[in-house]
Amino acid sequence: MLRDEDRVFTNLYGWEDWGLAGARARGVWSNTKDLVAMGREKIISEVKESGLRGRGGAGFPTGIKWSFMPKETDPDRPSYLVINADESEPGACKDRDIMRFDPHRLIEGALVSSFALGAHACYIYIRGEFYNEASHIQVAIDEAYEAGLLGKNAADSGWDFDLYLHRGAGAYICGEETALLESLEGKKGQPRNKPPFPAGAGLYSCPTTVNNVETIAVVPEILRRGGLWFSSFGRPKNEGIKLYSISGHVAQPCNIEEAMGIPLRELIDRHAGGVRGGWDNLKAVIPGGASTPMIPRDACETALMDFDGLKELQSGLGTGSVIVMDQSTDVIYAIARLSYFYMDESCGQCTPCREGTGWMWRVMQRMVKGNAEVEEIDMLLEVTKEVEGHTICAHGDAAAWPIQGLIRHFRPEMEQRIRDYRDRVHARGAQPIAAE
Amino acid sequence: MPKLTIDGIEIEVEKGTSVLQACEQLGIEIPRFCFHDRLSVPANCRMCLVEMERSPKPIASCAMPAGDGMVIHTNSDVVHKARKGVMEFLLINHPLDCPICDQGGECDLQDQAMAYGFDRSRFAENKRAVKEKYLGPLIKTFMTRCIHCTRCIRFADEIAGVPELGATGRSEHMEIGTYIEKAITTELSGNMIDICPVGALTSKPYAFSARPWELKRTETIDVMDAVGSNIRVDSRGGEVMRTLPRLHEAINEEWISDKTRFAYDGLRRQRLDRPYVRRDGKLEQATWPEAFGAIAEAMEGLEGSAMAAIAGDLCDVEAMYALKGLMASVGSPNIDCRQDGAKLQPDVRASYLFNTGIAGIEEADAILIVGSNPRWEAAMVNARIRKRWLQGGLKVGVIGPQVDLTYRYDYLGAGPDTLKALADGSIEFAETLKSAKKPMLILGQGALTRDDGGQVLAATRAVADGFGMVKDGWNGFNVLHTAAARVGGLDIGFVPGEGGRDVAGILAGAGEGAIKLVWLLGADEIDSSALSNAFVIYQGHHGDRGAHAADVILPGAAYPEKNGTYVNTEGRVQHAKMAVFPPGDAREDWTILRAFSQQIGKALPFDDLHQLRRKLAEDHPVFAEIDRLHPAEWQPFGNDGEMGSAVFASPIETFYMTDPISRASITMAKCLDEIEGRAAAE
Repeated sequence: MLRDEDRVFTNLYGWEDWGLAGARARGVWSNTKDLVAMGREKIISEVKESGLRGRGGAGFPTGIKWSFMPKETDPDRPSYLVINADESEPGACKDRDIMRFDPHRLIEGALVSSFALGAHACYIYIRGEFYNEASHIQVAIDEAYEAGLLGKNAADSGWDFDLYLHRGAGAYICGEETALLESLEGKKGQPRNKPPFPAGAGLYSCPTTVNNVETIAVVPEILRRGGLWFSSFGRPKNEGIKLYSISGHVAQPCNIEEAMGIPLRELIDRHAGGVRGGWDNLKAVIPGGASTPMIPRDACETALMDFDGLKELQSGLGTGSVIVMDQSTDVIYAIARLSYFYMDESCGQCTPCREGTGWMWRVMQRMVKGNAEVEEIDMLLEVTKEVEGHTICAHGDAAAWPIQGLIRHFRPEMEQRIRDYRDRVHARGAQPIAAE
Repeated sequence: MPKLTIDGIEIEVEKGTSVLQACEQLGIEIPRFCFHDRLSVPANCRMCLVEMERSPKPIASCAMPAGDGMVIHTNSDVVHKARKGVMEFLLINHPLDCPICDQGGECDLQDQAMAYGFDRSRFAENKRAVKEKYLGPLIKTFMTRCIHCTRCIRFADEIAGVPELGATGRSEHMEIGTYIEKAITTELSGNMIDICPVGALTSKPYAFSARPWELKRTETIDVMDAVGSNIRVDSRGGEVMRTLPRLHEAINEEWISDKTRFAYDGLRRQRLDRPYVRRDGKLEQATWPEAFGAIAEAMEGLEGSAMAAIAGDLCDVEAMYALKGLMASVGSPNIDCRQDGAKLQPDVRASYLFNTGIAGIEEADAILIVGSNPRWEAAMVNARIRKRWLQGGLKVGVIGPQVDLTYRYDYLGAGPDTLKALADGSIEFAETLKSAKKPMLILGQGALTRDDGGQVLAATRAVADGFGMVKDGWNGFNVLHTAAARVGGLDIGFVPGEGGRDVAGILAGAGEGAIKLVWLLGADEIDSSALSNAFVIYQGHHGDRGAHAADVILPGAAYPEKNGTYVNTEGRVQHAKMAVFPPGDAREDWTILRAFSQQIGKALPFDDLHQLRRKLAEDHPVFAEIDRLHPAEWQPFGNDGEMGSAVFASPIETFYMTDPISRASITMAKCLDEIEGRAAAE
């Protein structure tokens, strides 16, 4: 278990003051000037050494992503850092608590990271529904400006830095980095084609890096304690510590900071008070937020919570949002509900996702009742494969994976549902129809 | 120059070429719906997916720039599977109502479904239905058929410059529309019908009237403005069913204006289909010999100087040439083709041409527009300016009417005073013109049809000279015409001869009694009430203003009914082809004149079109070459003297009704009401 002194987010539960005074008491802003004084190269190499991988779900190594930004800034094309605070993945609630209870950690991270990227301006794009979180962030930004931590010569570092908060309007797809940029530019939030990648042409066609809230918020602590400290946790290529959100059928749903690669069972039993009704009552777990395929109980026994550990189980770490489902769960219905979510949140831009998500949801609805043919399970699987990998952004994949996970692990249950429905209808007997 | 391998063939392409274009260069066809050569690339239909080695997923070939060392497969299982999947998705919510769809037979979705579609559907759910949207009197919508390629949105945003269309809603509830339903206020809206790959946007006037395979296609030239857009006239039996654009990169690219496209229904109304003779103050039907007899009688004993001829805006060169010959044979110098009174002279060809050519706009880096509203006078020219403007680095200045031209411009002033100020450098825009590498001036008819038109012409010529618009390989002095017949008329010298009267002179002479006989060749834009004392012959195709004043009406042919030559505003000679026969007793115009000349014993020296054209080319060598531009010689022109102070006004009051055909068109009347009327009300 992670020792308390290794924790980064020391006010994750909001037990202390979230304002500037409280943040200072927890060590935030203590030596920001020195961090900036390390210089761009050093900061990026330190982040590379820490093994930090993006915490927004895709897990791209942050240091490498940063190194794609231009070394020299062209005055006509300034660099930008955009912080993705559009946390909308069902099951995920980690960024929310960072913003609610530790906003200064994010703001400090924004300053240091922006400096490393050569950006004088940074935007935080926050989910529209996060009203209180947005107001905390805004208060924190105002405090920081007042204390000279932002603005000209921010935190006495010699770097001019402005931070802006932008509220979204409630579309899940705006959490996709290029859709986020479109939305930030005032357009309809639809993902862009890649290439060009944001580091080449992002916000206003300028070099841009988009990072998750948690990624940015841990950066100052990595720099303070050194990349080696951070990389001492977890397994090779999956180093570091991370916030996990545990929800569903557990005794105590919670956010918890833990080392990467912690066994799933330990995470649930130790931090969330165990599965409701005991471990044997577990049916399945969605390990990384709604878009990752579920894994059944026997796989949960040995699952390790990091990128590669879950990939081996044909799932993914995603945002580390564990959704626990016990035996009382109708998994088919649970996935059908997710299918509805992905249909509703598809931006509608590209064909496979626009048409495929609606199709999948409608078939899933029938699967819930059992009003389908057994062959349609194969057809459904085929449709998910036709969507997967053929879309502009990863939304299509995200819509396809939960269904694939369901069919992979619970096909017998789906078939049984269909047979039961048949028998029920059969038992009622043929309905006489008037011959006219 | 990246080098890539496509299906085992190595190819080197220009930098910036997309994989799709590289495939096309090799003759490999990639199916697509959303991609269009002239629009931005959204890559949203996903039909063009190809396999790229070392990429885990198939890539959208339209959006992927060709890179060095790429290995592309367009014919693999992965590709076929992807395309079949996309096609299946496109079809699940498509109504498949091809038998009742106007796009049937010329539908991209239909064609590509033949190649990539299944023969049955696996989709057991209910299909989506979308409410129809009102987009004005020209575009009929059937939004359930929409495949969300967004071509129409991009066309409106990029080409037409009216960002009125958009997508509302998301997921499968995404709908294309104007949000607040209203007619789209662009004169290019018909092109959206062409670029719609399915039957979601179809032509309202053409709705349910024909199938593409029933139509005879005739490739011809448009006469609704002086641009000379290349068009295809589709006809069935004796009727023009629709007009479509034809590709000509130097003129209209692949677009046409709504007037060009939709005014054809005017060809069916108000037609003159038999000769008329006025007896006892009333026009009565007559036979050709009776009509000719009446004219010959009226001509008898008249001096040549008492006769006059005016050619209208839609005349073909052959008819004007024949009429000029006829008038010469009776000794009349009173002929004029400038019924709007433009002060242009045929002596210097460069003085009345769009010298850079329409494609030349794309090279310009500064444009001065004087006395013109190009959006209405020549929509294709305006679209070209917008295209150039979007590329960046173009400054536009306007002297004249201040209207929305769909691009940003510096408004300099309204009249000749501003032109003077510009010439002596006291306006900031003078600096822009001075520093420009290829500056250009567009002079509209609004500045030339005034009494001081000759002085304005001289003043603009001075501006062109003063700002270095005329130099080696570049003549930036451009006159924008509004009449399809005008440049041809000037080229054959259809202007008053020695001591002859121009249009104003003819009208005045008719009032005084000095002019006793006037031959109007499709001339409707003059004040024909001034001709009441004279014997008026109206030769034309519509019962419009000119015909009302006539004593004898000779029914002629409209533009799709004759083989005619037209010269566009650039000086480009083009041949229009006969698509249908003229109605009733109407005849091709030059044959009428040839027949009449025989009647009065002064037979014109040609018996068929070939002889006429050969003769024409002998007299005027510009007509020897078709579809070619030659730089015209730069010589002095224009009149000395001071310009007046009246402001420049566009010669066109309304875009949709400028000539007898569009005035007879119900579609154009609806447009006037619903598009211009509404825009004015707002």
